[in-house]
Amino acid sequence: MLKTFPKGGVHPHENKFSAGKPIEKIELPKQVSIPVSQHLGAPAQPVVNKGDEVKVGQLIAKSTGFISANIHSSVSGKVSKIEKIIDSTGYKQTAIIIDVEGDEWLPEIDRSTALVEDIDKFTAEEIRAKVAEAGIVGLGGATFPTNVKISIPQGKVCENLIINAVECEPYLTSDHQLMLEKSDEIIVGARLLQKAAGAKKIYIGIENNKPDAIELLKKKAAKYQDIEVVALKVKYPQGGEKQLIKAVVNREVPSGGLPIDVGCVVQNVGTAYAVYEAVQKNKPLIERVVTVTGKSVPKPSNLLVRIGTPVSNLIEKAGGLPEDTGKIVNGGPMMGKAVKDFSIPVTKGTSGILLITSDEAKRPKTYNCIRCARCVFVCPMGLEPYLIKNMATVGMFKELQDERVLDCMECGSCSFGCPAGVPLLDYIRLGKANLNKILRSKK
Amino acid sequence: MFMDIILNTLITLSLLGAVMAVILYVVAQKFKVYEDPRIDVVETLTPGANCGGCGHPGCRGFAEACVKAESLDGLFCPVGGNETMKKIAEALGRAVVEAEPKVAVVRCNGTYEKRNKTTYYDGPSSCAIEHSLYMGDTDCAYGCLGLGDCVAKCTFDAMYMDEESGLPMIDENKCTACGACVKACPRNIIELRNKGKKNRRIYVSCVNHDKGADARRACGAACIACNKCVKVCPYEAIVVENFCAYIDFEKCKLCRKCVAECPTGAILEVNFPPRKEKVESAEETAVN
Amino acid sequence: MGQNRLIVSLSPHDHAKDSVSKIMYGVVIAMIPALLVSVYFFGLDAIRVNLIAIAACIFFEWIIQKLLLKGELTITDGSAIVTGMLLAFNVPSNLPWWIIVIGALVSIGIGKMSFGGLGNNPFNPALVGRVFLLISFPVQMTSWPKVQVLNFAMTDAQTGATPLAIVKEGLKNGESFSSIINNLPTSYSDMFFGQMGGSLGEISAIALIIGGLYMLYRKIITWHIPVSIIATVAIFTGILYGINPDKYADPLFHLLTGGLMLGAIFMATDMVTSPMTAKGMIIYGVGIGIITVLIRVWGAYPEGVSFAILIMNAFTPLINYYVKPKRFGEIVKK
Repeated sequence: MLKTFPKGGVHPHENKFSAGKPIEKIELPKQVSIPVSQHLGAPAQPVVNKGDEVKVGQLIAKSTGFISANIHSSVSGKVSKIEKIIDSTGYKQTAIIIDVEGDEWLPEIDRSTALVEDIDKFTAEEIRAKVAEAGIVGLGGATFPTNVKISIPQGKVCENLIINAVECEPYLTSDHQLMLEKSDEIIVGARLLQKAAGAKKIYIGIENNKPDAIELLKKKAAKYQDIEVVALKVKYPQGGEKQLIKAVVNREVPSGGLPIDVGCVVQNVGTAYAVYEAVQKNKPLIERVVTVTGKSVPKPSNLLVRIGTPVSNLIEKAGGLPEDTGKIVNGGPMMGKAVKDFSIPVTKGTSGILLITSDEAKRPKTYNCIRCARCVFVCPMGLEPYLIKNMATVGMFKELQDERVLDCMECGSCSFGCPAGVPLLDYIRLGKANLNKILRSKK
Repeated sequence: MFMDIILNTLITLSLLGAVMAVILYVVAQKFKVYEDPRIDVVETLTPGANCGGCGHPGCRGFAEACVKAESLDGLFCPVGGNETMKKIAEALGRAVVEAEPKVAVVRCNGTYEKRNKTTYYDGPSSCAIEHSLYMGDTDCAYGCLGLGDCVAKCTFDAMYMDEESGLPMIDENKCTACGACVKACPRNIIELRNKGKKNRRIYVSCVNHDKGADARRACGAACIACNKCVKVCPYEAIVVENFCAYIDFEKCKLCRKCVAECPTGAILEVNFPPRKEKVESAEETAVN
Repeated sequence: MGQNRLIVSLSPHDHAKDSVSKIMYGVVIAMIPALLVSVYFFGLDAIRVNLIAIAACIFFEWIIQKLLLKGELTITDGSAIVTGMLLAFNVPSNLPWWIIVIGALVSIGIGKMSFGGLGNNPFNPALVGRVFLLISFPVQMTSWPKVQVLNFAMTDAQTGATPLAIVKEGLKNGESFSSIINNLPTSYSDMFFGQMGGSLGEISAIALIIGGLYMLYRKIITWHIPVSIIATVAIFTGILYGINPDKYADPLFHLLTGGLMLGAIFMATDMVTSPMTAKGMIIYGVGIGIITVLIRVWGAYPEGVSFAILIMNAFTPLINYYVKPKRFGEIVKK
């Protein structure tokens, strides 16, 4: 029996149209807009001014505070302006806009494809410093700064490093393709992360719908005693940290706690690759693999994209915008964010660009809740979405704390399965936001 | 026999009643909670709307606060206004604290005509939820979302959504300035302003903090922070902060100079007689 | 609106494509085997009762929504059809048409719409209608026509009592259970396939179980409620039978007769009126099982499933309040 998390979960249609498509490089755009807030935490502080010449890999915004991340230029050229643009959050955020001229990289970046396996030349401290310097954040979508995650707090021990290669979001294939093409590098990256966090064992969790990746990584990991590739049953949201830990090592992160409380650190497979590049090749996080897909997209593809490239360029590369596009989603269909227009830039957290046809973009009509209890049964966190929704509607925000609303990770399983079409998650978010406001004001 | 039944019944019931009375008396004495009788008096003077506009839980909560407090400073019933406060002060034998009557004002004039929709919002009809998602279905990240969270919270039936403009309207005769709509608006558009002499008011009907050009692109009625109103104001009542003008209602003397000067019509005047010279446009009287 | 404007909404952007009406029509499909069996045994009368009940339910729902509530019309969601069919399944096949119409009015009007329509009713509407009829028209509601295989002539069939009533009457008169069961014209296999007196939908256990399996397959119901009811009844009556086989009927008899299968599979599992958590569903099912047996063995009525379900419906909000699902990562106090 394949491992999985025990409670809840749904099975959306996978629709992995771009599976097996090799990673293509996209042409450099004429102009990139690099937001200074691409990660969870405090926005970075720009360190360049209008008119400055920058090279690929140059630091252009510095991390501010503990939970923050450096931002590097993904192109070479001239800073044209620093102003507020609409990004994937749906609001205007400060961004550094650079006019592209040529493609000149910083000299210390090793651009060769030769595999550097030796990890003994760095101490754990050095790896963490390099990861922080390179501005690496969780590439699965949560964009939490990686160096913070692998700095184990006093009194805690990291036993297991779990590499999240689940990719449970439908449509997306960027991690899958990366595993097929860069398996050696990923293993090295995982070992670097292991060393930095001091983990005894590495687990690589992959869902069973990617048999080729499982086989390949098993082969590559065979020579290491402490790396185990775990095939998992296909179930959404297995890519959620807590669900993955439960599935792989059968430990439950306590409510309100962090994975490190049960001795685990979870890192996305794309992050492992970025760590490899940062440590072994001195390359900061300036590009990532993005899946461009959708039912009516002419050429669903996996693209290697520089951060800051407008989404419209990616759509162009995938064969142009289909006429029946009704919605553009930054990320996967379950947790991705619908964007306002095509001009928004690719950021560190953009794992995919999904074009949804206009017939499917509309939400189903909302009826009365028929109390079918499906939301309760599918909730992987054991919450009662119907109740939270009702309480949020009548403004009982304080009481929501007892219903554990803060445990909700917004996976969307409840809204997905609701036969009455009730947008449960919308109200849960409302409840969460208001409860957080109340809790903050109490402090 | 028959008499026996009646007699027995009477005796039993009387005894039972007497015992119960004693128990009730003892309990009432033992668990007596002293309550200032003035609280009841003050409560009868309050409007009894239980709107919470004063910041206390209902009218009884307000009455308790009034009785307990040393003076009536900072305690004000926006619904009853000065009249109610005067009565309460009389009842408690304290000094009256007068406050200028206020009214809620919607500071957005981005009607359907002035503000083009650029996306289509698909979700629950709640401003709070739309606000949490993105900047809204127009290009203005500050303006009214038009889903009526404020109207839903109004307990005095003083608000309604205007079909034509898509903006909430306030019936100033019914508005009690309880502030429920101010709290309900996720964008902080609604403000409580002084009602003004003869109900006349002048205010900037825009809260857009974008630069002038961006604001103008998003909405035809936006404040573009051109500073013309600041220059023309003889009383220094207008400040432009963060690319948006604001008129201090304490300083404004209702001279109307700024209204004529505003190039986008973002400054509105309410309840003024029509001007003798050329009347600017119909927008200014639209909100009323 | 919105042809060239992008749609923006919160995640998730995908939906399971299931809907209220799909669930309701799924229930209707699941009831078809039992309907066919009732036609086989009761003739065209079964269809007559069903059609009257469904038509009346739809009509009352439509007229109440249109004239009284003035709300959005939702009669197409199929819930009125389900209520109508369930009501029809719970009455004898020879019931006069006007009684059925009254039942439909009570079901829809009082049982459902007075609470605000589908999703808001605390009690199963069809059962409210049935119990109302049972109390108001006890003679008509308990004159069960004898089964006649494939008799399509619309003649007045002979009436008789249900096995449950016969056994209850016999036990009260001091006869032993084994002698009563030997004198019964129906064997256990007859009961299993449906050849016995009773309400038109409740007779055939096999047809109801097929419907139940279909609903399980479609994920319209979960196993918790039916299994806990049936298991409770079996265990409870098994204990009684073990104590005194002469005074109490055996578990199999209890399972196959009366409305137990219909109640456990179709009535108690009504989504609106059953608890929301797996644990709560099991408590609810056990409660129904216990109350059913109490009424059947010691109560005044020979059958108690309807009352048991209505009583437990009333407990549903309480169960929802106290029984919470197991939270992920809950710190267990040792």
